[in-house]
Amino acid sequence: MTLGPLLIGIYVFVLASFVGFEMITKVPPTLHTPLMSGANAISGITIVGAVAAATTAPPTVANILGALAIVTATINVVGGFLVTDRMLRMFGKKKK
Amino acid sequence: MSHDVIRSTVVPIIYLLSTVLFIFGIKRLSKVKTARQGNTLAALGMLLAIVGAILELGTVDYRWIAGGMILGTIIGATFAIRVQMTSMPEMVALFNGFGGIASALVATSVYWELVVQQGASGTVADVVGTDEAITVMLSILIGGITFTGSIIALMKLQGNLKKGQPILLPARHFITFGLLFASIAFGATAVVAAGSDSILWVLLLAGGSLVLGILLTIPIGGADMPVVVSLLNSYSGVAASMAGFVIGNPLLIIGGAMVGAAGLILTQIMCVAMNRSLLNVLVGGFGVADGAGGGGSDEYTNVTSCGPEEAAMVLEDAESVIIIPGYGLAVAQAQHAVRELADMLKARGTKVSYGIHPVAGRMPGHMNVLLAEADVPYEELLEMDVINPEFKSTDVVIILGANDVVNPVASKDPSSPIAGMPILNAHEARSVFVVKRSLSPGYAGIKNELFEYDNTMMIFGDAKKVLQGLIGEVKAL
Repeated sequence: MTLGPLLIGIYVFVLASFVGFEMITKVPPTLHTPLMSGANAISGITIVGAVAAATTAPPTVANILGALAIVTATINVVGGFLVTDRMLRMFGKKKK
Repeated sequence: MSHDVIRSTVVPIIYLLSTVLFIFGIKRLSKVKTARQGNTLAALGMLLAIVGAILELGTVDYRWIAGGMILGTIIGATFAIRVQMTSMPEMVALFNGFGGIASALVATSVYWELVVQQGASGTVADVVGTDEAITVMLSILIGGITFTGSIIALMKLQGNLKKGQPILLPARHFITFGLLFASIAFGATAVVAAGSDSILWVLLLAGGSLVLGILLTIPIGGADMPVVVSLLNSYSGVAASMAGFVIGNPLLIIGGAMVGAAGLILTQIMCVAMNRSLLNVLVGGFGVADGAGGGGSDEYTNVTSCGPEEAAMVLEDAESVIIIPGYGLAVAQAQHAVRELADMLKARGTKVSYGIHPVAGRMPGHMNVLLAEADVPYEELLEMDVINPEFKSTDVVIILGANDVVNPVASKDPSSPIAGMPILNAHEARSVFVVKRSLSPGYAGIKNELFEYDNTMMIFGDAKKVLQGLIGEVKAL
């Protein structure tokens, strides 16, 4: 049996979904919002694809779309992680 | 080291490390003690992934990349630092929308570069490969829905769009499903269309998916937005995963799939807490069509109200107090005032705890975040299952801007729209004070029997003002 790239991708997708399901069960409600916001920041991983889509100088349609993708993905990543940290800092600070 | 070695060995190892950091990050995010560290680990994983992506490119023109990242960082950081804790649900929805549109843009850009700009003559499937062509279309579809869906969710959370009420178009199911099938057909046609003939179909698909995001979200009411935001979060993960198939990068596939699964689980948790199916939430119109449900009249007959001074006198003798916060607390920004009152009561030897309904507020865990901002120790925030047996032996319950989640009709009347929804059994306490601006119904659009109970007193007013009044009165005791 040889797996083509698509099938390998599907294997990876299915297994990673199970990892996701297993990790999230039994989360205390206190963490629902930060968890959602942190997971949301991780979905900004699409930035890796965005970076590869804007690699030449002339302003072509593909470049502009790629640059827009970088801007929006960066907002998702930077904003998402920062805002999650802000929330979690509040949970931590009472341990005085 | 040659760039080939970097691409074939170094970069994949970096991506693998990044994946491991994401897994540890999410794992640690799900425990209170390690959550902050988990978030930092995940952020490190992301940084590593970006470094890997840039190494993979080698020497290219970095101006677009650098410019985009700087601009995105400034915008994202500004939002994240400025946002009020009460607006956190809106913030998550907004970021989520950006993540979704980014995946759609990546896919469109790859398509445009390879098919349109190269002037390819074969079909899209020939040029980029059939699998990639299909996933390009799926990225656009899911990413587009995520984007406009999140924007609508954001507006509903802000109380815009008919104050967040469901907007029900005539024949809406027909329109929505028609457009969904049409969009899928546009995408399929684009896959087999030749060269630049495909542009029209891709644009139709993009437009269709953006409209779909709107159509799917407008019929759902503001209070169901926790479910919607968490489902859209799942979609944005799937969109990123699809983009991973397009560019053949397992890191995107894995990261996206984990977020997709996590979002689905949170969605499920929300639905269980309301005793409603996901389908029931997504169909929308909740609380609009069947206003007659609930049995009996919607008029209130036997309501007693009082002012802060009477409430303070009851609080004076109370040995145990449970506070039930709801969305009204967030609207009134009363989280600091409530902690101040709790501190004063605790100083007098009263036992104070908080009963948190899983769907209180406008996003999962909304109340926990708000009260944490006001330094309420999270040990005092008790989940529904833990606190429900306590009400019988509790002297005073103070309900702050919560409504449907304390309505006893849920367990009594099977014809009620909220029948079977688990509630906080506030009515079992000796005295109940309901702080509310008026007798207007909650999200379910039905009357709350609790307000007519003999042990219930209404205190009409804005939660923050009432609390400040109470604090003044308790101080004077």
